[in-house]
Amino acid sequence: MGSVLSTRARVWWAVITVVVLVGALFPVLSILMTSFKGPSEINSGTFLPPQWSTDNYEQILATGGSAQELFLSALRNSVGISLIATVIAVVLATLAAYAIARLNFPGKRLILTTALGVSIFPVVSIVTPLFNLWRNIGLYDTWPGLIIPYLSLTLPISIWTLAAFFRQIPWELEQAAQVDGATPWQAFRKVIVPLAAPGVFTTALIAFFIAWNDFIYGISLTSTSAARPVPAALAFFTGASYFEEPTGAISAAAVVVTIPVVILVVLFQRQIVSGLTQGAVKG
Amino acid sequence: MASITLKNIVKKYGDGFPAVKGVSIDIADGEFVILVGPSGCGKSTLLRMIVGLEDITSGDLLIDGQRVNEKAPRDRDLAMVFQNYALYPHLTVGENIAFPLRLTKGKFSDAEIREKVEYAADLLELREHLDRKPANLSGGQRQRVAMGRAIVRDAKAFLFDEPLSNLDAKLRGQMRTEIARLQRRLATTTVYVTHDQTEAMTLGDRVAVLRKGELQQLASPRALYEQPVNLFVAGFIGSPPMNFLPGQVSGSSMELPFGTFELPDRLVEAVGDRELVIVGLRPEHFEDARLVDPTKKDRGRTFDAQIDVTEWLGAELYAYVPFEMHASVAAKLEELDRELDGEGLRTQFVVALDSASRVRDGDTTELWFDPDKMMIFDPETGENLTHDQDEVDRLDRENEEDRRASLERAQAQSEGRTGGRSEGQARQSA
Repeated sequence: MGSVLSTRARVWWAVITVVVLVGALFPVLSILMTSFKGPSEINSGTFLPPQWSTDNYEQILATGGSAQELFLSALRNSVGISLIATVIAVVLATLAAYAIARLNFPGKRLILTTALGVSIFPVVSIVTPLFNLWRNIGLYDTWPGLIIPYLSLTLPISIWTLAAFFRQIPWELEQAAQVDGATPWQAFRKVIVPLAAPGVFTTALIAFFIAWNDFIYGISLTSTSAARPVPAALAFFTGASYFEEPTGAISAAAVVVTIPVVILVVLFQRQIVSGLTQGAVKG
Repeated sequence: MASITLKNIVKKYGDGFPAVKGVSIDIADGEFVILVGPSGCGKSTLLRMIVGLEDITSGDLLIDGQRVNEKAPRDRDLAMVFQNYALYPHLTVGENIAFPLRLTKGKFSDAEIREKVEYAADLLELREHLDRKPANLSGGQRQRVAMGRAIVRDAKAFLFDEPLSNLDAKLRGQMRTEIARLQRRLATTTVYVTHDQTEAMTLGDRVAVLRKGELQQLASPRALYEQPVNLFVAGFIGSPPMNFLPGQVSGSSMELPFGTFELPDRLVEAVGDRELVIVGLRPEHFEDARLVDPTKKDRGRTFDAQIDVTEWLGAELYAYVPFEMHASVAAKLEELDRELDGEGLRTQFVVALDSASRVRDGDTTELWFDPDKMMIFDPETGENLTHDQDEVDRLDRENEEDRRASLERAQAQSEGRTGGRSEGQARQSA
């Protein structure tokens, strides 16, 4: 490909690439650098920390750090709630998507349009009524109280993605399995599941990210560290004194929260891309 | 091994569309029956009803005398080879073939499974490919894996759904003989669906010709070729297809587009009162008058023909002769042409001449034909008025005897597996 472009074109491409990369990654790197700056150097105005210090990390992770309890409990909440929401969403979505891809039942279009409608509905408008409802039935500030709304975020996209995956699997495979002597459950387990495993995995990743990144539900439906997830917890960080912004601690927390996501994405980028584009072109 | 009986099978879809209208077919144990017809005739639907992937609207399906309409596919103990193979892509060839055996938990030990898989692989020459994945195989190999998966179970019957339509012409020819050899060796009842009349003629013990959901004729290939029951069957069987010409009858003479001839008595009787009939003459029943064997020349008639186009194929020479179509039969023949997936371009008849003939494009030459070979069809109903049912019965009887004899020969030749094969032999001679 490189041999086809003229030198001038190549130079332009290089320039554009650098500009885009810097534009996209600079804020991230800036936060990374900030997290290594000591409390007095936050506003030093330089990109690199004048002196690399792990004060901020200690603050949020090490015992005795002022924000440690807040951060670690938030981390625990986030991981637990997101994982549970993901597992439930994937299991339900797999069964729903299989039915949608294979069968023609009354109400099928209704389910699909409802799923689409739910996923584009503005979250902010349901938060207040949900807050009231949760307080009345006792789900406020609990893990289930967050898992249930997270399902509304993750289920629609999971169903759509998995339905696209299942449609890719030719129906003849299950029919051949049935003729070979399998019950519908055996056909599903032995033929469909292995073939859909990449799709299920990708869907799980996407669902996990959606649950992990949520802020509105996290901040509105919780009040203590019993259920507050990380994005919401970051808003409650306090600095050493009333006048000091906890920028350093927040940066460190942001880095800690982002790293697993980045690692997962880099490791499984091919699956994620294929999952999102699956069914876009008839394969 | 089992007999399959279809009694008045009807299939109506939810919107009322009748895909199959009352088809009755009797398949004996060990017989190879072919369902053939143009696209949309209901043959695949019929096959899927036999295996259980489609519901039967009404009628009875009996396997070995037992009604199985309500049974799920896995309870019918049938094996099916799909048109696009339906191999499990995540399993190796060996695992694909072993899949049906592994479903019956605990019935077979691992060693038994391996033995059966290897036997099937040897029969189909797949031994070197057992550890490969289907994605790495060629079309013919994949087809053989699909057949291996079907034969490994010792099922009651094999069902093939157009298995060769995805292969190229040469491979199709090779696989055809493989399937014929396999069926003879295993002596398993087989139902085979195809739209290709060549496969139907070469593979089947008996062939069922279907049209728009109705059974036209069920007979041996020879009987279909020599004694078709109507216009559709006559036009469907045989390549190049039979020529249909309008014939105007007065008394005992028939006027055809290329001349007027005396009709033999048998044909006069068949025509009866009709003035206009459709005459069917196969291309192979014409000859170049110069090359006709003098001993038989008197049996036939000659006429002059204006040749339009010729095709020399090495073994044969096809010559195309245009003629004027009679208006009243034009509509009927056009309809027939459309049903046989034809283009209906121009009215011409084809003659198959000896390849030594010197006939070329644009020639006017003398051709010879035997009027006794003519078939007369009613222009309204399409019925073959010269159909001889006794002849059909005789041909079918001969066919049945030949079939049994070749099966016995094949059984005697094959190295038997203990139990399975000698059972088959015993069943055959019963």
